[in-house]
Amino acid sequence: MASSRDTWAGKSGRWGKIAGRELSTVAITMFGLLLVTFLIARVMPIDPVLAVVGDRAPADVYDKARLDLGLDKPLWQQFGIYIGKVFTGDLGRSVLTSNTVVDDIKTVFPATLELATLGTLIGIMLGVPLGIVAAVHQGRWPDQIARVIGLIGYSIPVFWLGLMGLLLFYAKLGWVSGPGRISVAYQDFVTPITGVIMLDAAMQGEWDAFWDAFSHLILPASVLGLLSVAYISRMTRSFMINELQQQYVIAARVKGVSEWQVIWGHALRNAVVPLVTVIALSYMHLLEGSVLTETIFAWPGLGRYITNSLLNADMNAVLGGTLVVGAVFIGVNLFSDIIGRLADPRAR
Amino acid sequence: MRHVAKLMVASAFTALMATTAMAQTPKDTVVMAKQIDDIITLDPAEAFEFSGVEVGANVYDKLIGVDLAKNNDLVGELAEKWTVSEDNLTYTFKLRPGVKFHSGNALTAADVVYSFQRAVTLNKSPGFILTQFGLTKENVLEKVKATDDNTVVVTVSKPFAPTFFLNCLTSGVASVVDSKLVKANEKDGDFGNAWLKLNSAGSGAYKVRAYRPNEQYALDANETWYKGAPKNKRVIVRHVAEPASQRLLLEKGDIDMARNLSKDQLAAVKEKSDIQIVQGDKGYILYLGLNQKNANLNKPEVREALKWLVDYQSIERNIVEGTYKHHESFLPKGFLGAIDEKPYKFDPAKAKELLAKAGLPNGFTVTMDVRSVAPITDIAQAIQSSWGQAGIKLELIPGDGKQTLTKYRARTHDIYIGQWGPDYLDPHTNAETFAINENNGEDAKSKTLAWRNAWDIPDMTKVAQAAVLETDASKRKATYESLQREHQKVSPFVIMFQQVEVTAERKNVKGWVIGPSSDTNFYWPIAKN
Repeated sequence: MASSRDTWAGKSGRWGKIAGRELSTVAITMFGLLLVTFLIARVMPIDPVLAVVGDRAPADVYDKARLDLGLDKPLWQQFGIYIGKVFTGDLGRSVLTSNTVVDDIKTVFPATLELATLGTLIGIMLGVPLGIVAAVHQGRWPDQIARVIGLIGYSIPVFWLGLMGLLLFYAKLGWVSGPGRISVAYQDFVTPITGVIMLDAAMQGEWDAFWDAFSHLILPASVLGLLSVAYISRMTRSFMINELQQQYVIAARVKGVSEWQVIWGHALRNAVVPLVTVIALSYMHLLEGSVLTETIFAWPGLGRYITNSLLNADMNAVLGGTLVVGAVFIGVNLFSDIIGRLADPRAR
Repeated sequence: MRHVAKLMVASAFTALMATTAMAQTPKDTVVMAKQIDDIITLDPAEAFEFSGVEVGANVYDKLIGVDLAKNNDLVGELAEKWTVSEDNLTYTFKLRPGVKFHSGNALTAADVVYSFQRAVTLNKSPGFILTQFGLTKENVLEKVKATDDNTVVVTVSKPFAPTFFLNCLTSGVASVVDSKLVKANEKDGDFGNAWLKLNSAGSGAYKVRAYRPNEQYALDANETWYKGAPKNKRVIVRHVAEPASQRLLLEKGDIDMARNLSKDQLAAVKEKSDIQIVQGDKGYILYLGLNQKNANLNKPEVREALKWLVDYQSIERNIVEGTYKHHESFLPKGFLGAIDEKPYKFDPAKAKELLAKAGLPNGFTVTMDVRSVAPITDIAQAIQSSWGQAGIKLELIPGDGKQTLTKYRARTHDIYIGQWGPDYLDPHTNAETFAINENNGEDAKSKTLAWRNAWDIPDMTKVAQAAVLETDASKRKATYESLQREHQKVSPFVIMFQQVEVTAERKNVKGWVIGPSSDTNFYWPIAKN
């Protein structure tokens, strides 16, 4: 509710305040996230030295590795050293891959990004119309069908769906390519720039490689997409039902506005604001990486990276990965807030 | 708008059809699917995991190798010939002339000395294989010497059995690296370790073209290898964690070989006319470790009873068929002194008798730490049910690998179900861990499996330690045989199975032989028709 005294300068001051508040929230959240992850990592009944030297190492090798990891220092000091390094952009080195964690994340995150983005796009393109149709035909057969699709998306385990998808569309029908991000034949065609193979291939004009990567991507993305479809369609339905009961809808209908215009022009427009938050949530969920999907489709993404590191007590990698997930969470949240504000006339 | 959408759908569809038509592996390239996320390094002085060692075996050459076709006999590789002094303390190796590294540098005695020096000085996980011969970072340059460009002289600290020392030289840690190239990539006196973790500097059948951890490695054939060019031009090994995915890729022909199929998948692919199965005995032993700190498990009758309470046959048939086979002694088949005797079978009546003798006629309650992976979980559950028949209540504590291992190493378990793989191709490797415990105290330097189960065995330790100094190979063999028979009777180890490694491959793949260790899984003979 903008007052009459609201000038342009006042507005920018308000935005500045909002930005400041958001920033301090980000900083506190990140710090808390790191602290908790760090503590959990240290109280886990797993010996991180084992990850470095293996099971067979003699005592002196073991002791040396322990010193190198700084595990002899008190816990708060270890955490202090870690935080100090994070500020300089140094997330340490992963024991498992021998690369720096920053380099590792640069390779695994784009893989997850392309999977999550396409998955979410599929979720939006199918979920939103499905939800609208269900809302409009509330209680009748289109609604029932949408409900069944939603239930399927929610309840079928993703690993089963993934394997069945592979069996049908890859092994039997041959419509898509199998596990992996790109075929061996195109292995070294594309120089990684962004790390997102399809984007890199398009930038370099390697269209064969582009389509090959697409045919590898489409199935896992659809499997993840189905989960989003379920969530987005259910939420769209309830938002739309809510809007369609509002007085402005009755007014519009009385005025003789076409039903199409009422649904898509008026009701949906108002449902968009909460819908953006829902979509952002589902996108964030996929961006954390889906361990099972990544395992079945041999997809070297973030989820498997973090899980694998966790199981091997590779703490730098776990902390680095958690940091990225946290940053993504906060970033997407912020973004959806901004979109929400822009789409909401009251906040403009 | 609709036009664009239609166009997109149509083009996407044609693209899909086009790419599936190409679902064949390139002619000269061998493509494998394998679980390679155990690799933490490619440096031969550091690698000690299956996959990392296997890469090393194909990239580096060693002084000595084994002849798989001839019962693992020792053969000269980079060393054309060698002599051992009368007192068994000094070994002189004559190098094969004209061998070159991938970089083009000539391989000389200086490279061998440097390789030993860096392995001993870095002293990473496999370092002990060399340091057990008395080499230390202080003395290594005196003990390992180049007397001229193609002669290396090594002096060991004790008159060890020559077979012992030479067998150890066949393991990955004794690989010869390109000293000029590695030195150029040294950083802060790390002997090039950081660089070699991800790169290669060898003279072997392949060079590492690209390695992306947890994703894949690609090896290019070394056309000028001293044994002749490999039968393929390139090997690509992709990390496919899920065995079911490996199977689909293999059936579609997108890969040539699947390395980690489980029992069910093997049974399914066996039926396919275009797929064949290759098997090889591996050194891995699957066993139960009974902690002697537990008062019940400390009783000899209980230890024996538990050995009568495992249904070996049914576990082999129903859970691990094709991937493990029944085996009850600590030396795997294929090793010097291995015995194939299986004194125990499933006999609950006999076990009950023994338990009664131990004063536990109604059994007892005990826990077992179990890694949550196939087939370990299934085996543990089978054991749980068969022990129940004798009144023993077994509680399974699931955990991930590092977690159960941490507990095992701290000796806070009751029973641990685990696997043990030999470190090198000599019987001492398993004898040492299963039958030697120098100091059963918490301050022990050497924490062998016997120590981890708190099994105090001063006498057996002496016998096992003497075996490495026995120069007569046939006497040495006899010592290990009797040691294992005694071990079977009294030890707190229920040894159950030996691993069999299995590969399913397309019928057009020829020449793949699975060696007894990761050090002997060679890619060079693999050819495709």
